[in-house]
Amino acid sequence: MVGYLNMQRLRRQRFTAAGIALAAMALFVAACSSSSSGSSGSSSSGPSGTLNGSGSTFQLTFQQTAIQSFKSVQPNMTVNYGGGGSGKGRTDLASNVVQYAGSDTAPIPSDEVANFKGKTVLYFPVIIGPITVSYNLPGIKSGLKLDAPTIAKIFQAEIKKWNDPAIAALNPGVKLPSTAITIARRSDSSGTTQNFSEFLVEGAPGVWKLGSDSTINWPATSRGGNANGGVAQIVKTTAGAIGYVDYADAKASGLTWASVKNKDGNFVAPSTTSATEAADNVTMKPDLTFSAIWQSGSGSYPVTYQSWDLVYQKQSSANVTKMLKAYLGYLLGDGQKLLPQLGYAPLPSNMDQQAKAQLSKIGT
Amino acid sequence: MSTVTQQAGPAGMAGSAHPLAQRRPLGDRGFQILALSCGLLVLVILVLIAVTTTQQASQWFTTEGWGIFGSVWNPAANQFGALAFIYGTAITAAIAIIMSVPVSVGIALLLTEVVPYRVSRPIVYVIDLLAVVPSVVWGLWGILVFAPWIGKVYSDIGSAVNGIPVLGALFGPPTSGASFFTAGVILAFMITPIVTSLSREVIATVPAIDKEGAYALGATRLEMITGAIWPHSKGGITGAVLLGLGRAMGETIAAALVIGSSATITSHLFAPGDSMPAVIANQFGEASGLFRSALIGLGVLLFAFTIIINIIARTIVGRSAEQGTA
Repeated sequence: MVGYLNMQRLRRQRFTAAGIALAAMALFVAACSSSSSGSSGSSSSGPSGTLNGSGSTFQLTFQQTAIQSFKSVQPNMTVNYGGGGSGKGRTDLASNVVQYAGSDTAPIPSDEVANFKGKTVLYFPVIIGPITVSYNLPGIKSGLKLDAPTIAKIFQAEIKKWNDPAIAALNPGVKLPSTAITIARRSDSSGTTQNFSEFLVEGAPGVWKLGSDSTINWPATSRGGNANGGVAQIVKTTAGAIGYVDYADAKASGLTWASVKNKDGNFVAPSTTSATEAADNVTMKPDLTFSAIWQSGSGSYPVTYQSWDLVYQKQSSANVTKMLKAYLGYLLGDGQKLLPQLGYAPLPSNMDQQAKAQLSKIGT
Repeated sequence: MSTVTQQAGPAGMAGSAHPLAQRRPLGDRGFQILALSCGLLVLVILVLIAVTTTQQASQWFTTEGWGIFGSVWNPAANQFGALAFIYGTAITAAIAIIMSVPVSVGIALLLTEVVPYRVSRPIVYVIDLLAVVPSVVWGLWGILVFAPWIGKVYSDIGSAVNGIPVLGALFGPPTSGASFFTAGVILAFMITPIVTSLSREVIATVPAIDKEGAYALGATRLEMITGAIWPHSKGGITGAVLLGLGRAMGETIAAALVIGSSATITSHLFAPGDSMPAVIANQFGEASGLFRSALIGLGVLLFAFTIIINIIARTIVGRSAEQGTA
């Protein structure tokens, strides 16, 4: 009996020893990690802490690259951008999960305004980008001329072959094959789809019947790809395919794209300069919302779109205000230099100035 | 020593009143409360999920009324009818079940009846590996490797049966690598391990005396299976099939990548389509307002369908268990 009780006590002692060891290890690890992030902040004078954002996937590459370079400007700040789509970003901002949201749509849609409970939201345009109309026609290089009504008819499956008279009329002298046209479009919802369809609504009124939204009821014969990369893959691997792909992804996949007729009647190829020229011609509203689609300008690319970062005007914390001004100021300043090599276009200078001036409105 | 026996007293006394009626020691009561609260927590979470999703979907339910079962899903025109997705879910799940059940039950019978025990262990191991493959890997393999290859097979079959009355309607053009049928095949791969392992366990519980009795009466192996095994295990196998069905209906990423994303209702199995979990995964990121409410509503509908199927499964299994032991 005594031996049994001794054994019980021994087992209890072993368990408590193990428990104390585990607790000590956990405390040690926690102390190490907190000390490494806390001590470096005390020496410099910049804002410190964590800033969270989410939303538009159009901005995702830009945000990730800017966050990396921003670390050398403000080493005490950590910025996280979660992506997830413009709808998710606005929802997250409305429920205060994030401090800033990326949105391809501005102003906030009327059915979401109630979620923001009357608080004023500021819009900061940060990025411009062209959408290419890419195709796969062996032997035909970039620069096939297309206009909005023809593109509308192609994507509605009314023009079914490449040697259709409508396409031939725009491209005299080009030998078009009789291959069937395969439409490549997005299977997921996207700001790219929204703006591409908006271009067709404005550029081909009366011809384009499918409306404009982040998801469209495409013809049943079209093929859906996931994200810009998926559509690019369909175009690249299917002879006779045509699809709308972000300029950055089209360049990365080595696709050939069309020169699209703009509002002034010129056929313009997508590029950093033609996109910035389109944005230069917009009339911004006082709250800095606008649309760069179907703008005038002799060298404007008509399928150019934009994205904003949304923040609340009234912030509850002075530190968050400092962090937002530092990071957004960077995006509007040195961050703009990162855009061309990523395949996007920087803001035209007067738009940039007005956005920087709006930074002072963020406050407590 | 006396303290030890005192502690063991209430439980050890023979012929005493029901243990719960007496004052239990603190440790026992604490454990009872802990276990009860864990069980209740699961129920509470389930109810909370149902309530909050229905709340967020109520905008869609009240705006459309019975129009939620309409056949047109057009976000640009603010029309949200879910029939195309319910159809897609049903068709892909049906294809998955039709393809997977004969194979799974066959493998289960092979492992219990035909193959010696030493050989069955590696086969079981490989089948379980199929279950471990993540859903997104199935989807990526499907869209990058399987769909392009089988798209050519579809177009050959499609042009061959074009014009024949029933076959043409089922397998004729339009055909596409990413379609109802491809999604059904991928789902069949994914549910085979579950149905196989559950069926195998059910078949293994058939008493050996029944099987040997059938052999003794001169039955062939097939007659033994239909006469001795099937009556005992049909309830359990049905339960396993319905569990697989529930998994196939709810499978999201694999279906989203290979189903073709086209909200159409068509009898052509080789045509692109869409299903409820796939459309939620694809379109939720940019949705807002009524669109978002409609997608959450699709989730509520899917939740309701899977609960109904699970209730049916339990009823069938329960009833056949009673019959089996009777």
